[in-house]
Amino acid sequence: MTEHKAALGLTPSQTVGPFYAYALTPRAYGGSELANERIATDGVPGERITIRGHVLDGDGEPVPDAMIEVWQADADGRHNAGGNAGFTGFGRAETSPEGFFHFETVRPGAVEGPDGTKQAPHLAVSVFARGLLLRLVTRIYFSDDPANASDAVLALVPHERRETLIAQRGPDGVFHFDIRLQGEGETVFFDV
Amino acid sequence: MSLIYPHDGLKAHPLNASPAYTSTLKRAPSQPLILLPHTLSEISGPAFGHRAVQAGDSDLTLQHGGEPLGERIIVTGRVLDEDGRPVPHTLVEIWQANAAGRYVHLRDQHPAPLDPNFTGAGRAMTDAEGRYRFVTIKPGAYPWRNHHNAWRPAHIHFSLFGSSFLSRVITQMYFPGDPLFAYDPIFQSIPDAKARERLISRFDIDTTEPEWALGYQFDIVLRGRDATPLEEPHDD
Ligand SMILES: [Fe+2]
Repeated sequence: MTEHKAALGLTPSQTVGPFYAYALTPRAYGGSELANERIATDGVPGERITIRGHVLDGDGEPVPDAMIEVWQADADGRHNAGGNAGFTGFGRAETSPEGFFHFETVRPGAVEGPDGTKQAPHLAVSVFARGLLLRLVTRIYFSDDPANASDAVLALVPHERRETLIAQRGPDGVFHFDIRLQGEGETVFFDV
Repeated sequence: MSLIYPHDGLKAHPLNASPAYTSTLKRAPSQPLILLPHTLSEISGPAFGHRAVQAGDSDLTLQHGGEPLGERIIVTGRVLDEDGRPVPHTLVEIWQANAAGRYVHLRDQHPAPLDPNFTGAGRAMTDAEGRYRFVTIKPGAYPWRNHHNAWRPAHIHFSLFGSSFLSRVITQMYFPGDPLFAYDPIFQSIPDAKARERLISRFDIDTTEPEWALGYQFDIVLRGRDATPLEEPHDD
């Protein structure tokens, strides 16, 4: 194991609180958005997909003040690739009073994973909310992708909880992904 | 198997299961987190060009027709990684209450006045040395309903990205000597007293500008260490 010199202490996390919207998701306030639910504009190559879901608390009640951020590769499995105008790979959305969020993007390609294997296509997700002192990290995989069966990260998740990481494609083609913070059907969250 | 970056520093963070902060009770996960190997998805992150920050975004006192009420302050510091190296050209977003302790947010019910000359949202990009600088108004303390007679110490919310998905953090900066620290379950949710103190800005006479504004220094340390990642122990 490599020895490191003593590290500086990290700046601890604190909750985003209930009142971030006018700064971080300021559409309703007329502010300029750093990013929003539209991750890819129309000209970006790849299969257009929509992901929709709700954020729910331990009582199954909607969480109306969460902020969801996603980070993903482009259709060719590249992060931060040049020459792909209209695609940043980064999305940010505030949940509605009903706890609803959605993203419009292109389906990401497979990204390199541990030991040179390919990971199944996925989005990296951060959940911020009042009542969360540290963001929660999860992933969104896609129900119609056979590569899920051999994904090294999914393999780390107990079988009975794996479904919580997989967005289910509905008859309308839309992917559904609910985030349950606590309790029955609790979403798998990762220690990163 | 895979390469991972050290986790030791993460002990600085609060636990989501911090019951004195009652909003955590129905929101903190009850299942243990699963250790995620660091892949390209985690060690990359969004890059925001200078387009993300417009002229004037870092001076919260100039965003309206007149000067906001309250005590004008300068908040500046460096963004560093765990090895002490500057994090250049990274985005810093802030938001805060006005001098009376009231947020512009539509759901803020605190019966304190809004200030027509203050919104309380700002952005800045760090320079090549990792330095950022805001001009703003010292925010007021405000009440909340966590428990009887609950008041938040004055604070400015900070949101940073750093170089990867791993370094993303949202936090709050406090002011030195605040008598409310001892009563605030959000500040006290950080288990280690030394780590807690890192969220308290430092009054600095050299940052203070004569006849104009008090200066506070607030350095931020983001996840990230030297390029030699640690080998995860082999279990075979
Ligand atoms: Fe606040």
